[in-house]
Amino acid sequence: MVVAIGLEGSANKLGVGIVKDGEVLSNCRRTYITPPGEGFLPKETAQHHRKHILPLIKEALEVAKMEPQDIDLICYTKGPGMGAPLVSVAVVARTIAQLWNKPIVGVNHCIGHIEMGRAITKCDNPTVLYVSGGNTQVIAYACNRYRIFGETIDIAVGNCLDRFARLVNLSNDPSPGYNIEQAALKGKKLLPLPYSVKGMDVSFSGILSHIEEKGRPLLKSGEYTVEDLCFSLQETVFAMLVETTERAMAHTGSQEVLLVGGVACNVRLQEMMAQMVKERGGIVYATDERYCIDNGAMIAQAGALLYASTGQPTPWDETYIRQRYRTDEVEVTWR
Amino acid sequence: MDFPQDYKLLKQGAEAKIYKGTFLGRPVVVKERFRKTYRHPDLDETISKERLKAEARGILRCKALGVPAPAVYYVDPDTKCMFLEEIDGSTLKDLFTSLLASSSPDDLNQVKLLALSIGEVVGKIHAGHLIHGDLTTSNFLRHGFKTYLIDFGLSSVSTLPEDKAVDLYVLERALVSTHPGCDDLWTQILAGYSKSYTGGSKEVLNKFKEVQARGRKRTMVG
Ligand SMILES: Nc1ncnc2c1ncn2[C@@H]1O[C@H](COP(=O)(O)OP(=O)(O)OP(=O)(O)O)[C@@H](O)[C@H]1O
Ligand SMILES: [Fe+2]
Ligand SMILES: [Mg+2]
Repeated sequence: MVVAIGLEGSANKLGVGIVKDGEVLSNCRRTYITPPGEGFLPKETAQHHRKHILPLIKEALEVAKMEPQDIDLICYTKGPGMGAPLVSVAVVARTIAQLWNKPIVGVNHCIGHIEMGRAITKCDNPTVLYVSGGNTQVIAYACNRYRIFGETIDIAVGNCLDRFARLVNLSNDPSPGYNIEQAALKGKKLLPLPYSVKGMDVSFSGILSHIEEKGRPLLKSGEYTVEDLCFSLQETVFAMLVETTERAMAHTGSQEVLLVGGVACNVRLQEMMAQMVKERGGIVYATDERYCIDNGAMIAQAGALLYASTGQPTPWDETYIRQRYRTDEVEVTWR
Repeated sequence: MDFPQDYKLLKQGAEAKIYKGTFLGRPVVVKERFRKTYRHPDLDETISKERLKAEARGILRCKALGVPAPAVYYVDPDTKCMFLEEIDGSTLKDLFTSLLASSSPDDLNQVKLLALSIGEVVGKIHAGHLIHGDLTTSNFLRHGFKTYLIDFGLSSVSTLPEDKAVDLYVLERALVSTHPGCDDLWTQILAGYSKSYTGGSKEVLNKFKEVQARGRKRTMVG
């Protein structure tokens, strides 16, 4: 039985989680929140992570009722993500690995999301929609890799939502996406926006520039409210995501969908996906914000699977970080 | 839509239901863009209408460029149904899957030939500024010695190398994910492409490298 601790800090969330054979014993998180109208930058985000990581490790151990000697494996996010925040966490992972004399495993963040989703929902071989601030990918497993069937050809869907929130000055607390979701509930009028699907790929930059250009005048004239714009944005971008997921399902002949990533906690997206999947006679799986938002447990879970299948830690001189680290680069040895 | 008794549901694609039947005595395939209930009704109506139009136009343009595509017999804008000539063949996706499973030199040669024909088809439509918008191996049908292109709902007309490059990028990615480990396929496709698009393939392929690099460069935070 392996007890793994996972350290995650590739973006503005810092997470530490402890997992024992797929069971989450603790999963603690701190989020770096910026003022309305501002996004998070690498330097300040890394500062935030450095400040909170030691107390967070302690907290995770306490919640799990464990001591360092009870831990068998240290897992950390190798990438993808922002350089400085990734480094700030990797340094700590390397340090505790030496201090506690434990093996260390570097984990691909995207694989972490997928494996956590599979562990929590118990789905077997789903088509995965991974949607977050930095990622928009439609993924399916084939021949020992998570293959990317579709992805954004410009910005990620979460990035599109975040930048829209900044444009209309919505709060970043607890997250811009959450506030858009709440506002959209009160929106009624649909503003036609560019709908850009290319095969299984999507593009969001056109929507953003359209709103940058037309949004303000429409709000000023009172023709549309901020709530209407939130509503229109969600209806449009989520329809694009559901459509490309459906394309991938038709292409692979799959009947299950797993939603992961921060944007995946959006209830409207979950609803739309469920509707599509129901019509195809399939099942949709999603997790709540504890697991779909970046967290430490997902890194522990994926790291533990990797370690269990190969029996090898990441060689010490490879315990660096990689800002670009594609999902399909990782050989999946545990399936 | 209610079809006559002899219409059989063939498959449910991502966008549409595909039926087989007869129309004015000919074997047809009917593509019905049924309502997507997950989509806002106004958005759904706009998209279905646009794609129906794009598909009819795309097919006409494609045929005019000398690339085989099914004939359009009838379009019903109310039910969003399109009656198409039935191409009695297999998708290249199915052909590749079975041919690649074999190791006989004949089969592997056949794969090369089919890949070349994909490149030729794409080169020809791009030379005529037609962008397909959804190039995957499921959207090519092989009948006799001809490779047909189908599924033009996302097609558009553009002279920009960028749009053609993205079209190729979508195809490359579909290929890698559907038929993993077949770098050879792509080499053949590019050979066919350059051969049939002598005037502009160079420029497009340069752009294509840029689009690829953009994809790899994205840092993917979160
Ligand atoms: N004219 C035709 N003759 C024979 N078979 C056809 C024809 N048109 C379509 N098909 C079959 O139906 C399938 C789906 O058709 P098409 O690609 O046009 O619909 P779609 O809903 O856009 O599908 P998808 O989104 O899955 O690509 C094709 O892959 C092919 O097997
Ligand atoms: Fe993430
Ligand atoms: Mg198709």
